[in-house]
Formats: sequence, C-alpha cells, structure tokens
Amino acid sequence: MSAHDKFLWLMGGIGVLLATASLVGWILARRISSESARAVIDNLNARVRAWWIMVAVFAFAFLVGRAATLVLFALVSFFALREFLSLTPTRSGDHRAMSVAFFILIPAQYALIGTGWYGLFSILIPVYAFLLLPTLSALAEDTEHFLERTAKIQWGVMVTIYCISHVPALLMLDIPGYAGQNALLLFYMLLVVQISDVLQYVFGKLFGRTKIAPVVSPSKTVEGFVGGAFGATLIGAALWWITPFTWLQAAGMAFIAVLMGFLGGLVLSAVKRSLGAKDWGSMIKGHGGMMDRMDSVSFAAPVFFHLTRYFFTV
Amino acid sequence: MADDTRWLPKLLVFSVRALVGAAPRWIGSAPSATQRIYFANHSSHIDTVALWSALPDEVRARTRPVAAADYWQKDAARRYIVTKGLNAVFIDRGRAQPDVDPLQPLADALARGDSLILFPEGTRRTESLPGPFKSGLFHLAQRFPDVELVPVYLENLHRCLPKGTLFPVPLICTVRFGAALGRIGDESREAFLERARSAVVALA
Repeated sequence: MSAHDKFLWLMGGIGVLLATASLVGWILARRISSESARAVIDNLNARVRAWWIMVAVFAFAFLVGRAATLVLFALVSFFALREFLSLTPTRSGDHRAMSVAFFILIPAQYALIGTGWYGLFSILIPVYAFLLLPTLSALAEDTEHFLERTAKIQWGVMVTIYCISHVPALLMLDIPGYAGQNALLLFYMLLVVQISDVLQYVFGKLFGRTKIAPVVSPSKTVEGFVGGAFGATLIGAALWWITPFTWLQAAGMAFIAVLMGFLGGLVLSAVKRSLGAKDWGSMIKGHGGMMDRMDSVSFAAPVFFHLTRYFFTV
Repeated sequence: MADDTRWLPKLLVFSVRALVGAAPRWIGSAPSATQRIYFANHSSHIDTVALWSALPDEVRARTRPVAAADYWQKDAARRYIVTKGLNAVFIDRGRAQPDVDPLQPLADALARGDSLILFPEGTRRTESLPGPFKSGLFHLAQRFPDVELVPVYLENLHRCLPKGTLFPVPLICTVRFGAALGRIGDESREAFLERARSAVVALA
C-alpha cells in the first residue's frame, strides 16, 4: 500500500470514529433530562465538534505538504506560548525577552526543521535561548523576582516551542524503508496520544473511582488511566502498518507515548494550578485552550522522537 | 469614509485580533447601537484598536476614537492610519490655539450622533490601573446628558506594547465593558471624575 492509500484509510477510520461519536452525542443529547448531565453532554458534543475541525486542519496541512505542516505547528507553538505567558506574571523588563521568544525563536526553531539542521535544532533553545533570554531581561535592570520571571519564561519556551516542535521534527528522520512516509508517523503519534486522552476521559467518567492526584488534577483516576492506556496501546499496535515498526514495537512505542502524555497532562495541570487558572485559554470550544489539548503531546513528542531516532534511523 | 480605504480598518482589526485576541466581555452592559462614550484605561498604542475591535461591526462603524492631535498628526503615516483607518476625532491636548475649545471636535461628533472612545487620563501609563482623569469627560457628560457613559477596562495591554517599546508581545487581552455610569445632578467635577475612574478600576 502506498503512503497515500494508507493516509486515506486512516482518515476514513477517523471519519467513521468521529461520525459515531457525533451520533452518540446527538442521541444522548435528546435523551438527557437532568441539568448536570446536560452540561456534561453539551461539553462532550462541543469536544467532538472541535475534533472534526482539528482533524480537518491537520489533514489539510499534511496534504499540502511539509512546509504547511511546519507553519501549522509554528502557529500551535505561537498560540500555546501566548496562553502560557498570558497567565505568567512578568514585568516590563521581560518585554524584549518575550518579543524574541515569539518573533525569533518560533520561526527559527521551525526553520531549522525545514532545513534539516538537527544539531542546532536540538540545542537552540536549551543552550542559546537559555543564555540569551535572561541576558535581555537583566539588561532591563529590574531585579524584582528576577529568577522567578526568567525561570517561568524559559519553562514556557521549552514546553511550547521546544517540546512541541518535536512533533514535526519527525519529518526530519531518515528511517530505512520508510522514505516519504514520515508524515504518517507524525499522524500516528498525535493520534495515539489524543486517543489516549479521549479514552482516559471516557473510562474515567464511566468507571473512575480512585483519584491519582486529587490536588493537581481531580479528573485523573486509576481506572481512567488503565482503561485509556490499555485501549490506546491496543489501537497503536493495530495501526503498526502505517509506522516503520512491527506490531510489537508499535505497541511499545504507543505505550511510551501514552505514558509520557499522561505525565505531561499531570505536570501541566500542576503548572496551570500554580498560575491560578482552570483552563489555559478558550480558543478550542469544549476543550479549553491550545495548551489543554497539547499538554500531553508536549511530553510525548520529544521522547517518541528520540526513541525513533535512536532505534530506527541509520 | 471613502470606499477605497475600507481595507485599512479591516486590516487593523484583523491584526489586533490575531495578535492579542481582544475578546469583549460585556459585564455590566450589552453591545448596542445606543450613542455612547466608552472611556478606558490607557497603557499602549494598541488600546484604541483593541477596544474598537471588541465592538460589533455595526456599532464600530459609528464609533470614533479620540486621538491626540500633537502625537498622531506628527507625520503623514500616523495621520493616514488614524484618519483613514480609525476615522478618529482629533483633540488638541496642548491647546495650540488658546481661545478655541479643544473639546469642540468631540462635541461636533457627538452632535452628529457618533459614539466616542476616550482615554480620560490623556496619556499612556506604565501601570495597568488608570491615573487621575482629566476633565474632558466631565464637560462632555454635562453637554450631552443623554449619551451613555460606559466604563471599559483593557486587561493585559500594558504588557503587550508598553510605552517606549517598538515591538508588541502578543499576549491574550480582554476588553471588559461595565455598566453605564449613573447621572447624578449637581455632582462636582472632582466627584464625577473620581466616580468614573473607580468604575474602570472596579472592572480590573
């Protein structure tokens, strides 16, 4: 099967899945009577509608090509960083550092993927931005909460630009026998992580009893995690034919992506709470902000990328 | 406004929305075509367009920002943006001609039925909360007792493009509209201006 055929099968499958979800949501909405259930179902339906749009946007970018995919993820980073820094208290002395993050670091990081310069891609932010951003803030001569401000900006830049850029970085990898199909691997990783989120939500709502970290994230339960992780790993294994992996390797990679995704959701929930917010933003109806959707991806992507690079490239 | 320049307001509104969101939050009042003076805290050059973008299209078409003549008429580019883009009303802050009432252009616009966007502090501040208000708002309120006075708080804009910086930082900003200021007969100028300022602060 060609990469194009695989893509069509995948999109067809997702289409059927979403159509089913829309249908179920429609039936539930007609049968519900209580006020609290109404809120849950309305939110569910809003989430499903948002999924249709997100899948359409991603599919469109993949079909147009590599440059469109890079631009799309640069925008994802842009919106995610905007949410992160909007919630972060900074002072006017940080203005230049933040300008640089938005208008220099984001384009530079994605341009490096476009040119395939792996070396600089992997150190631009952890090394150069790490040293440059606090310098810019220090030159503004405002020492009030200097370390906290600098640390928060660096953390935001790491998560929203560096980590998220590892999703399209999969396009850079040279995997033997898989030439021209890297976009499928990118789609695979996103799909596994997002399906895991959805299944954890569904299993949690249905069977969730034992809270894992009630202070940080009251909606995360043992039952939800086990059900979601198992289901998403199974789906990941069943989709081995769009990846360079065998089905057993696919199960392992999917499981790691799911596990990292769970940890990402947990850590970013803690960050969000420490910043005093419930949602990162409101740009994706039913889901919250961009970071509410990308929190798990931001932790899964770098690990998935490096494992693939270490074990499956020459 | 001539038809061939319609692209500029659209571009301004689009850029500001893409950059900082500028989502409206109607807390104490609803969007309406009623003639109003919107008055807000002032901390950046984006403020005017942000408030303007937050209004519904048909309301925006009849709402004119007030711009300082000494600053915005300084060169052709600024003048072009402010007149063609925002359809602004100019106010002479420095009273270049002492015997002319600087509020007259504003009064003319109100008499024609337009709404106004006014920053009563008269200048941009580095803090988010507004400083003392100048008396222009008081005089306009007296001359036009039927125009609604709507307080507006612009959140986060002092972080986006603070005074003295060239490049904006695109943070999410919201535009909060409060309840129209009640009219109290025989209120002193100081009391009125302080009440108006507190109405903006209350939205913060």
